[in-house]
Amino acid sequence: MGKFFAVTIVVIAIASAIPILRHTWWMAPDISTHGAPIDEQMSETMAEAGISFLASQIILALFIWKFSSSRPSDPIKSFPGGAKAMVWAAFLLVGTEVLALGVFGVKAWANVYFAPPAANAMPVQVQAGQFAFYFRYPGPDGTFGPLHPDLISESNANFYGIDVDHDQDSKDDIVTAEMAIPVNREIHLLMHAKDVGHSFFVPELRVQQDFVPGLDLSMHFTATKIGRYEIVCTQLCGLGHYNMKAYLSVMSQEDFDNWLKKQAAMQ
Amino acid sequence: MATTIHEPPKIEKQGSAPHPVGGNGGGRNLVPAGADLARVKDYAPPPASTGIWVVLASISMTFAAFTSALIVRQGSAPDWRHLALPQILYFNTLVLIASSVTLEMARRQVGAYMAGPRDQTAAPARWLYITLLLGLFFVSGQYVAWLQLRAQGLYLATNPNSSFFYVLTAMHGLHLLGGLGGLVRVIRRLDRSILRKSTLDATSRYWHFMDVLWVYLLLLLWMKL
Amino acid sequence: MHDMSHTVHHHAPPTSFIRKHIFSLDHKVIGKQYYGLALVAVLVGMVLSWIMRIHLGWTNYAIPGLHLLSSNGAPGNVMTPEYYLQLMTMHATIMVFFVLTTAPFAAFGNYFLPIQVGAEDMPFPHFNMMSFWVTFVAFLVLVASFFVGDGPTLGGWTQYAPLSAVGAVGGPGEGMGVVLWAASIAIFCVGQLLGSLNFITTTLDMRTRGMSLWRLPLSAWAWFITSCMGLTAFAVLMPACILLILDHVAGTSFFVPSNLVINDQLQPHSGGSTLLWQHLFWFFGHPEVYIAIVPGMGIVSHVLITNMRKPMLSHRVMVYSMGALAVLSYMVYGHHMFVSGMNPVSSLAFSFPTLIITIPSTIIVLIWLGSLYGAKLRINTASLFALGFVSMFISGGVSGFFLAQPSIDIMLHATYFVVGHFHMVMGVAAMFGIFAGTYFWFPKIFGRMMNETLGKVHFWLSFVGTYCIFMPFHYLGMAGNVRRYQAFVIEYMQPLIPVHRFITVAALVTGAAQFIFLYNLIHSRFWGKPATDNPWQATSLEWSTPTTPPPHNNFGDKLPVVYHDPYQYGVESSTGDYLMQASPEQVKTAYDEA
Repeated sequence: MGKFFAVTIVVIAIASAIPILRHTWWMAPDISTHGAPIDEQMSETMAEAGISFLASQIILALFIWKFSSSRPSDPIKSFPGGAKAMVWAAFLLVGTEVLALGVFGVKAWANVYFAPPAANAMPVQVQAGQFAFYFRYPGPDGTFGPLHPDLISESNANFYGIDVDHDQDSKDDIVTAEMAIPVNREIHLLMHAKDVGHSFFVPELRVQQDFVPGLDLSMHFTATKIGRYEIVCTQLCGLGHYNMKAYLSVMSQEDFDNWLKKQAAMQ
Repeated sequence: MATTIHEPPKIEKQGSAPHPVGGNGGGRNLVPAGADLARVKDYAPPPASTGIWVVLASISMTFAAFTSALIVRQGSAPDWRHLALPQILYFNTLVLIASSVTLEMARRQVGAYMAGPRDQTAAPARWLYITLLLGLFFVSGQYVAWLQLRAQGLYLATNPNSSFFYVLTAMHGLHLLGGLGGLVRVIRRLDRSILRKSTLDATSRYWHFMDVLWVYLLLLLWMKL
Repeated sequence: MHDMSHTVHHHAPPTSFIRKHIFSLDHKVIGKQYYGLALVAVLVGMVLSWIMRIHLGWTNYAIPGLHLLSSNGAPGNVMTPEYYLQLMTMHATIMVFFVLTTAPFAAFGNYFLPIQVGAEDMPFPHFNMMSFWVTFVAFLVLVASFFVGDGPTLGGWTQYAPLSAVGAVGGPGEGMGVVLWAASIAIFCVGQLLGSLNFITTTLDMRTRGMSLWRLPLSAWAWFITSCMGLTAFAVLMPACILLILDHVAGTSFFVPSNLVINDQLQPHSGGSTLLWQHLFWFFGHPEVYIAIVPGMGIVSHVLITNMRKPMLSHRVMVYSMGALAVLSYMVYGHHMFVSGMNPVSSLAFSFPTLIITIPSTIIVLIWLGSLYGAKLRINTASLFALGFVSMFISGGVSGFFLAQPSIDIMLHATYFVVGHFHMVMGVAAMFGIFAGTYFWFPKIFGRMMNETLGKVHFWLSFVGTYCIFMPFHYLGMAGNVRRYQAFVIEYMQPLIPVHRFITVAALVTGAAQFIFLYNLIHSRFWGKPATDNPWQATSLEWSTPTTPPPHNNFGDKLPVVYHDPYQYGVESSTGDYLMQASPEQVKTAYDEA
């Protein structure tokens, strides 16, 4: 039984590792400028975690194989080096390994969160609400008009609570249900939630950020590949959570300008 | 009670046994051959005197959580308003401090009574009753403070300050009522001559802690509200 | 009141049925009550997970009879989106609080901690009794939310504000459902605080003669460390729940900010902090994970040592490592909030302690592995589950490397990777700890052996089954499959549905295997082979009781005197290769010779 158990552990460990090695299910290809260090970090962590996983499972199996068939007359033996060796191994191998990962990871994190957006980054506002995202472009004046939450009305299609009649800045604002951005242009995303917590996740873009009600957050990114992607909500927001999504179209600058014009005409 | 049948633990002198490097956890005998167990030091605090510190640690965590909630909430929005604390709170504070003093007197008196020969004289519960009375007085005083706030139109949900005021005073008041229950229990046990010193000590520690906690809360409210 | 003549003043065991079996002060009965509660809760939780899994694999499949559970939630037996979330919330809450906290900690701890330290009972038996009944009431309050208007809350076990705090406008179950949830958890906290008080004082003050702290078995250490965590963690969750309830019933604004618009209605709250709830919750939430797993570590070490016939490489290092886990668990909670909008500098600050916590975890695993070397390993159901625990803990532990890093968390946060991680490490591993403890201690608790053959069948199906369920979760997470979705209508997730179907089948089979355990438990309780006092040739005090099951006062007339470290195996004594803690015999130990 012990030997069979040992074999089972090894089979499970190897079987678990195969889809990882073959990338059967893997992260979607990166389309961002900041994503490379994240992917690199992921691969390094996968390598180290994978080795730790396989090594420990196999050692476990090996010891079970060997020592489950001891005869009653066999004396017990002690691991050479004793507990001290284990403590040193944990501190030196795992400690330095994880700290190195941590230190290198700071760079990938800082890329996303500590670098300020470029001055010419294109501002786009996104509002998350149960269960849809809405996007707002500032229009030719480059300024977003103020928000009046009391004016929000789904039936009047005033999703943002914009007062077009009184606010000069709001007159040319463009509100859309789909997000389009020009390729290779930095986007400054201004995020706010209408009702409860939501999140903005685009796996290809290597972006995930919660919307925090009562708090205006922002992030910035540059998409490098034209295409149509999905923005999904990852923060449980109610019964329609699973279906809360919007499309993100990355377009050439030309296509984007045309698209924006068309959207402006529809306002 | 389980405590009366409990046999105290022994703490062996460290290093009196063979102490192989690195090997322990079952690999060695702590009591060497021929050791005389009766000679090793004998110390077992009654569970109540350990338990009370455990209780106080837990209560401290609860109020630490409330305090951090208050600080975060204050910083989260500009709706924090000034709130004039009802004057009666200061009077209540004096009452509560006085109750701690009377409880300390009671503790000494009862301690002396319990240490001395138990003659036919009645157990000296007078200071305990005074403490109980002062405690009730404090709770009523807190209630009056609530009434005064209500008269100003400040309800639980009026603004964050009043919310925290009611929550913190209510939580403290509830814990204090628990202390009053403990005092009643001490008095009843004293009457029946089954009071243990550790019970009295634990109850008075709890009471003093409620006192300190209240002073802390008053300072917090005074500074923040 | 010190009595040096070893005699015990008898308090007659209760005779009435109610005092004996219901409102009992006996820690052993309370422990069994906790185990029974956990058993009921785990069955409910497992059936909920079945229903959820079927729904995830085949979204429109009509589950026969489901409308009986809720005609609104499952009209025509097909689950509505909100009902999925409601069941998911209940599954998580029931499992985390009423199974993983009660079974390894409150149930086994109650039964065996006083016996392992050599005490007659816990020092505050009334508090102990209250602890169980308060927990029981908490369970009833939680279950009651199935039967109120729009059903239980759908907010997930984390109950993030403001969804959890805005009231019924937030969605089904967000009104009364949340209030009942928060009330249940606050009540549960009170119960566990009372329990922790007893555990800590039992360990510190109730040890018998000769039982120094270092002579406590690792299981006793684990319960002690867990109770210290419970004391601080539950004391923080309780005020958070109180504030949440006030936001509901009193209209305060602790967690609800201004200017929220739901259904075109401006909400009446203003100025609250949504992150405040997350901070309070996770300050409890992370230690809670360790509250679930540390008792398992202790139980598994205890079971392994007995079946390896040798002590751990180092008793003290094990204890220090578990202690380090407990201390560090308070400094790492922010890793649940990397992308929550918390200051990104804090994310880094929380990342490093999270990475450092892998060191004590690794030490514990390495000590287990190193101790296996040179063992005379006995393979039985208990030791198989203990070894399975080690394997699961490794698998669940390494995925922690990923989630500890904020940069990688951008990709993995709120995906099935996280779900796989915590199910392996605190779900399955902790369950394996419970199973190991059950098979190991059952003979002591009931005086009968469990059926080994059934036990092994149960083990094999559970071990292979749980890997089949939870390993693929990691792959799903890598591919960006978001958790807490009732169906996968997102285009890039649709190719993953076959994986979900595979998981569903594995979950149904593995779940069904648990009924073998249930049958074994019930059958062996009444018709199992009678057990001897010490069937595993073990050393700690629970095997020195005068009768099996132990008498009302555990040790009869005399409390035991402890002469040895807890794990004297691999020695040559008059009893064989082991020497019991309470035996005055002196022997040379393996280490004396070394």
